Amino acid sequence: MLAFIIRRLGQALFVLLTVAFFSFAMFKFMGDPLENLLGQEATNLDRAELEERLGLNDPIVVQYVRYLARALEGDFGVSYRAGIPVAEVIMQRLPATLELAFISGMLAVVFGVLLGIYTAIRRDGFVANLIMTSSLIGVSLPTFLIGVGLIWAFSVNLGWLPSFGRGDTAPFFGVELAVMTWDGIQSLILPSITLGLYQMTLIMRLVRSEMLEVLRTDYIRFARARGLTDRALHFSHALRNTLVPVITITGVQLGLIIAFAIVTETVFQWPGVGLLFINAVNFVDIPVMAAYLLLVGIIFVTINLVVDLLYFVVDPRLRAERSGSEGP
Amino acid sequence: MTIKQLMAAVIMTGAAVSTAVLPASAETLRWARAGDSLTLDPHAQNEGPTHTLAHQMYEPLLHRDMAGQIIPALATDWAPTDDPNVWRFNLRKGVSFHDGSAFTADDVVFSLNRAMKPTSAMKELLSSVKEVRAVDDHTVDIETDGPNPLMPNNLTNLFIMDSGWTEANNCAEPQDIANGGDNPCVRAVNGTGAYVLVSRAQDEKTVLKANPNYWGIGQFPLDVSEIVYTPIQESATRVSALLSGEVDLIQDVPVQDLDRVATTDGLSVITAPQNRTIFFGLNVGDPDLTTDNVDGKNPLADVRVRQAMNIAINRDAIKKVVMRDQSKPTGVIMPPFVNGWTEALDAYPANDLAKAKQLMADAGYADGFGITLNCPNDRYINDEAICQAAVGMFGQIGIKVTLDAKPKAQHFPLIKNRETDFYMLGWGVPTFDSEYIFNFLAHTSTDKLGSWNGTRYSNPSLDEKIVSLASETDLSVRNATISEIWNTLQDEVIYLPIHHQVLNWGMRANIDFPVQPEDQPHFKFLKIKG
Repeated sequence: MLAFIIRRLGQALFVLLTVAFFSFAMFKFMGDPLENLLGQEATNLDRAELEERLGLNDPIVVQYVRYLARALEGDFGVSYRAGIPVAEVIMQRLPATLELAFISGMLAVVFGVLLGIYTAIRRDGFVANLIMTSSLIGVSLPTFLIGVGLIWAFSVNLGWLPSFGRGDTAPFFGVELAVMTWDGIQSLILPSITLGLYQMTLIMRLVRSEMLEVLRTDYIRFARARGLTDRALHFSHALRNTLVPVITITGVQLGLIIAFAIVTETVFQWPGVGLLFINAVNFVDIPVMAAYLLLVGIIFVTINLVVDLLYFVVDPRLRAERSGSEGP
Repeated sequence: MTIKQLMAAVIMTGAAVSTAVLPASAETLRWARAGDSLTLDPHAQNEGPTHTLAHQMYEPLLHRDMAGQIIPALATDWAPTDDPNVWRFNLRKGVSFHDGSAFTADDVVFSLNRAMKPTSAMKELLSSVKEVRAVDDHTVDIETDGPNPLMPNNLTNLFIMDSGWTEANNCAEPQDIANGGDNPCVRAVNGTGAYVLVSRAQDEKTVLKANPNYWGIGQFPLDVSEIVYTPIQESATRVSALLSGEVDLIQDVPVQDLDRVATTDGLSVITAPQNRTIFFGLNVGDPDLTTDNVDGKNPLADVRVRQAMNIAINRDAIKKVVMRDQSKPTGVIMPPFVNGWTEALDAYPANDLAKAKQLMADAGYADGFGITLNCPNDRYINDEAICQAAVGMFGQIGIKVTLDAKPKAQHFPLIKNRETDFYMLGWGVPTFDSEYIFNFLAHTSTDKLGSWNGTRYSNPSLDEKIVSLASETDLSVRNATISEIWNTLQDEVIYLPIHHQVLNWGMRANIDFPVQPEDQPHFKFLKIKG
């Protein structure tokens, strides 16, 4: 187990170094931060001087090594756009994104699993078919459209919910969170639905098909023959055996939720790291882009590690096989 | 009992203080636009939204009002002295900064010197300044290298900071992003302006409240007692926020939503020409082009080809179809507010395909040629759509244009690095004088001048005339030279003008607020009706 974790951490480090290198290779094609930094009145001389001072003339490899050396000391540079240290900018924005991603993920998992079970058990029911059909909308509509549609319905026409921003926040163990205030909760509703809808329908469809698969197996039939209640049958026997692929998908999807937050955050002007990243791209704010991509890399690597560890908890066979193979 | 009494006392004093401090009507203005200010350091960025926010809290010596006219701010009056190289500014008396310290000539000297430091983004506007001197507590002299008749025009966005506060906060130098520099003035404000900073979270929300000690109380409407500024990047969300009543005023209403906002009860759209002209630039100087299909020569070097292209553009069609009537077609790359602008220059040539084809044939390109047009897709109003329309129009005279539309961060470097032969550019003129256009767009590209001249056009006798404008103090001679330069440029057709942009602000119908030509709202002028 420990060896497994150490091996995964080694892989994670390699992944992060690669992510950083590729992002540096890409920045050349993102454009040029000088225009934004210098303003319209700059002379050709000012331009050349700043390019030299920012080290943008150096080869990519040199820029990459310099960046890594500084990053190892915890210095991620100063945002070209905001003029304050990147670590500070990201730490200010991260709670908003994590909060939104967490709420969306919760909605997706809870409703996805419940609806998945329901549609599997009542597979020919009218309501189940209605849910299945309408879930196609969630899978096929782009996030942007869903967001704008929700704003149009609930903010402009009904006037129930705010169309942008995070509302008021209150501290929770020192972190400013929107869920701590009523205003913030109202602001969370539309963005978290927008962000979680795709994942919810995906989980629901996955749970449904896995459930249907499991319900057809022999041990379920025997259990039924033994006279177990439907409740025990569905929830403790069938559901448990559908969970392994669901956990994998959910884990990867949670990473995607954080990454997809870029679109949702832009539509709702949600002040998280996704919005920060979009602005950084528009401004060619290299220090922020590099740090954001590293952060997303870390999040994905961590999620994958947690998912792998969760398999051991959920599936007893894995524990048995591993202890067997690691025997004398 | 005692607690109740205490609370009552607190509430009473609170009420007394607030009635004393606030103007008669306590109005909160919720304002949204696409972009946020980049920094609160007033000299660290030379950029529109950053200046807009700074203008509410900091003040320059003089600035442009809502009609674009220069009016006094921290200076009450100014004039050149007997020495033509020195301008004298008389400062407003009895002004104090938000923290209470008095505004004096030392603050002006300090701030202008700060804006001239190497890390300042504003230094180009003061490049002719030799020295800033305090004559007494309320008089400042600015000495330039040679006479500078337009010195005041350069000061409209040069904000004055308190020297004591700035030094106490260790930000005597504007922040140096290149060297990991950071300073407290990026996060805090101590100005003399009509509004005081309450809180700010970038890209999220900035709250300002009225400055109870503002010198301009009684001179300006100051109907707004609190400003809540939220940038909303997504135009659909921005318009929705206005429609749903979550904000009171938005800048940047997309042209396709103008009718929707204007026809909604309780909302109005105010429109005015913007200080920005959109045009195409042509590489006329290189012997051969890289992006065309003509070998060994440059078709754009022939003035007849340029004239043909100029009359092949159907500006009325672009206005009607692409811009939904929200533009003003033009024949010159100069907005109408600028010194040097005339109706004759602004008149645009009629769209004449027969004549254009004849000119192409005369130039030896009867069969046309192929070339790439570089265009931004996130900078100007409907920029990519304008280029698409133009591609079809050039196709009518045989020029097969390949459109290459990119985000502005990739488009502008093409122009600055001289890697495009045919490009779209928009130009605003903050000094409201033709010299600014000539310096950047017409002068031969050198270390100091011509930085945006992507046409490779170089005309030494024209350059001489352009340079002479900087120190010509006789305004009639100067204006005559400006007119000569424009005549040459119009004959040479190195740029193909399209139109002047139009600004649209959407707001609650009870707000009385004109659109400012530089897209700079100064909220001290905002009036609430009824």
